[in-house]
Amino acid sequence: MRVSVRVNGTAYERDIEPRMLLGDFLRVALDLTGTHFGCEHGICGACTVHLNGKSVRSCLTFAVQADGGEVLTVEGLGTVDDLHPLQDAFREHHGLQCGFCTPGMLMTALELIERQPDATEDDIREAMSGNLCRCTGYQNIVAAIRAAAEAMR
Amino acid sequence: MSLDARPKSVGRSVKRVEDPRLLTGQGAYTDDLRPARMVHVAILRSDHAHGAIRAVDTTGANAMPGVLGVYTAADFEGEIEPIRAPSKMRDYKMTTTPLLAVDRVRYVGEPVAAVVAESRYLAEDALRGIEVDIDPLPAALDPEAAAEPDAPVLHAEFDSNVILAREFGREDVDAALAVAATTVAGRFRFRRKSPLAIENRCCVAEYNGGRRELTLHSSTQVPGILRDCLSDLTGLPGNAIRVIAADVGGGFGGKASLYTEEILVCLMARKLGRPVKFTSDRLEDLSSTSQAFDEIVDATLGFDAEGRIVGLSADVIGDVGAYSIYPWTAALEPVQVVSFLPGPYDVPAYRGRVRGVATPKVPMGPYRGVGRPAAVFAMERLIDMGARKLGLDPAELRRRNLVKEFPYRAASGLIWDQSAFVESLETVEKVVADEGLRDYQATARAEGRHVGIGYASYAELTGIGSKIPAAPGMPVTTGIESATVRIDPSGAVTAIFGVASHGQGLETTLAQVVSDALGCRLEDIRVVQGDTAGRAYGTGTYASRSTVLAGGAGTLAGEAVKERLLKVAAEMLEAAPEDLDVHDSRVTIRGTDRQLSFRDVARKAYLEFGRLPKDLQGELEETRLYDPSVGTTSSASHVCLVEVDAETCGVKVLRYVVAEDCGVVINPMIVDGQVHGGVAQGIGAALLEEVVYDADGQLLTGSLVDYVVPSASEIPHMDVLHLESPSPTTLGGYRGMGEGGTIGAPAAVANAVSDALAPLGIEITEVPITPERLFRLIHQKT
Repeated sequence: MRVSVRVNGTAYERDIEPRMLLGDFLRVALDLTGTHFGCEHGICGACTVHLNGKSVRSCLTFAVQADGGEVLTVEGLGTVDDLHPLQDAFREHHGLQCGFCTPGMLMTALELIERQPDATEDDIREAMSGNLCRCTGYQNIVAAIRAAAEAMR
Repeated sequence: MSLDARPKSVGRSVKRVEDPRLLTGQGAYTDDLRPARMVHVAILRSDHAHGAIRAVDTTGANAMPGVLGVYTAADFEGEIEPIRAPSKMRDYKMTTTPLLAVDRVRYVGEPVAAVVAESRYLAEDALRGIEVDIDPLPAALDPEAAAEPDAPVLHAEFDSNVILAREFGREDVDAALAVAATTVAGRFRFRRKSPLAIENRCCVAEYNGGRRELTLHSSTQVPGILRDCLSDLTGLPGNAIRVIAADVGGGFGGKASLYTEEILVCLMARKLGRPVKFTSDRLEDLSSTSQAFDEIVDATLGFDAEGRIVGLSADVIGDVGAYSIYPWTAALEPVQVVSFLPGPYDVPAYRGRVRGVATPKVPMGPYRGVGRPAAVFAMERLIDMGARKLGLDPAELRRRNLVKEFPYRAASGLIWDQSAFVESLETVEKVVADEGLRDYQATARAEGRHVGIGYASYAELTGIGSKIPAAPGMPVTTGIESATVRIDPSGAVTAIFGVASHGQGLETTLAQVVSDALGCRLEDIRVVQGDTAGRAYGTGTYASRSTVLAGGAGTLAGEAVKERLLKVAAEMLEAAPEDLDVHDSRVTIRGTDRQLSFRDVARKAYLEFGRLPKDLQGELEETRLYDPSVGTTSSASHVCLVEVDAETCGVKVLRYVVAEDCGVVINPMIVDGQVHGGVAQGIGAALLEEVVYDADGQLLTGSLVDYVVPSASEIPHMDVLHLESPSPTTLGGYRGMGEGGTIGAPAAVANAVSDALAPLGIEITEVPITPERLFRLIHQKT
């Protein structure tokens, strides 16, 4: 099947099997390996990307569902020389260790900050509870998101 | 600025050098690799706990689209040596781990056959084309039942499932307990856990036939162990094998052993002449990555009339799963339970017996804390039970029994060097007092709420040197690490280590150590790790060893390079080396503005080599090995406040404080992060996480819906207080600290829940404390 998607502002067209997951499409067909799979059954949130402005699990979304759509991935935020304020806050507050869950954390947190810029600590913990991290104990992730929300105001 | 006042890198919360690439999606995790012509493996796994393989028919799979080959054990016969973890322990029975199952399957999830295809999708499709005929065999799932003489044996070559047995102790514990003023006893059950890194295991092998070179990329903590093991198993010389662990997405011990998939992809890459990748999915992770902490601890603790411990006896059964794991052996986890059971306390008489029992489950291996979480859970529960019986405050009973004079030889033979045992306890005690937590509890109780406070104190041996083998007769030495530090002609510094970071930030902390030793700017250092090409020997990162061992080696190598640099610079500046300072990547004549950059000195050393006096000729490069010989004690006290909801039987952790002594802190930000993560895993172990097998050996927790790890909602805000007492036995005074959080938290939470439910007479003896277990406990009592 032919699929046309804009990813991080760039238009792509690929011929793919209908069963190809959006995450595999990004990672394998487009070589955007910043999006990670942690469980492939929609629990861990590592594969979270934005599709048409809303967060989705790219392990539970087929690439064909994104046809004609806009996808934002971690590669579409900042660069190593010019980090997005959210990425910068994660670095500043040590909100990552192994970094594997981080792309999904960033994409979920970005949606939260856009939707609820004045989120409290409890709001943040609740909103992030669909993204699992095994390294940080979440404390510094929560601190980073609060700081980023402040910085992005 | 005087030398001493000049800011050092060690001790500062410098931002991590790893972060920019990881934050922008530019990490290089193993599954991100896609070498040209790469093919994919999918593994067909046993769906029987124990059975005889009658036939494996691969014809259907062979005919499926995109399939390049379907393999069973017979296809690799004669290609590798048997995989066995030897040990010198008496009574140890050495199992053989098959590459793919031969004749028998011994756990659900054991690899039986493998398909190689053009894509992961096609490889997984082809699994449906393999027919496996297995006759189920009887099996004992429960470790106590499996230890009985008449239990069906899992390994026909042995007469029993008890594959290891040991006993530690001193003095006559029975006599001591017989005259004790008070004794407490319990049967403590720590249920099986999965390390569960968010990145599933992944490996990619490339074989260059022309050069006879094998490269294995793996999400491993132990690239050095893998290289040496691959050499032993395949007969390839070590110089033909390179193992690379670039960015690794967490490990926690689950990626610290050899996995048969890692050997399979190597053998397949050699057969096919194409790169071969295996990427585990989460079900495979939960049914094949090493598991942990599955123990029953039957223990009795006796006190004299003043509350001083007089004796401790314990019988431990460890459910070690189907095979003795390579290279650690099945002894690693359960034997450490009895080694560490006396904890940081003065225990004059002790007997700890342990048996490791083979059952049809995933092999038990290392997981953060190894042995100590179960040991500390049992001992700290006994201390709290003792305090209740003696009518003493639990912190006071701890204070009376904590070791106060160092070095101290523990009852199991471990040596505790100077460590802040009492200080850490008193620090958390002060938090309880300052925050009025007992008053809060009293008020809550008056309102009919169940609120409790739980302490846990523990000690662990970290940075272990070559004199203390992790298991006697093990095929690897874990006690040494080396480092090469070099300055190249551009003046840049490279520091090469044999350890392998999988999230700990070693590229940052080791750079901090080298920066101080050599006198260069942090940004001028590139740390190379996780690649066997750089080192003759170096095993990897596990057992809270990397900061102590690699930090020590990096310090020695950095100082040695600095000495060389100074000699060349002295010649160039016509000054005496002792009149020179090195800082910020510059050499200065003290008290003057005359200086040289590292680049100036390096260009002289390399490009004008012939013009230097003979004794100054040489590279600005040194390699040093560090062996801390024994090990050093890290210790901590935890305290937490919990509330039990009597309606839902849910437990909420309201407050959590850790006071810990990890010696000299290199990077406080990173140390705090490690403690936070460890505590979160310990809270998971205490309240949520449990690998469950049913009576037929079927795995019931094969997804993250069923194996529940904590999310942000279950973890409280934590405070970490540092008692920085420099280790007297290690270079730099560092102690290892990566595991501590997980060691203390299950005990602290269990003690807090027991304290909350003390009015109901409930003592927690089993973790995780799930709502179901709590419901049963509460309703048995009321």
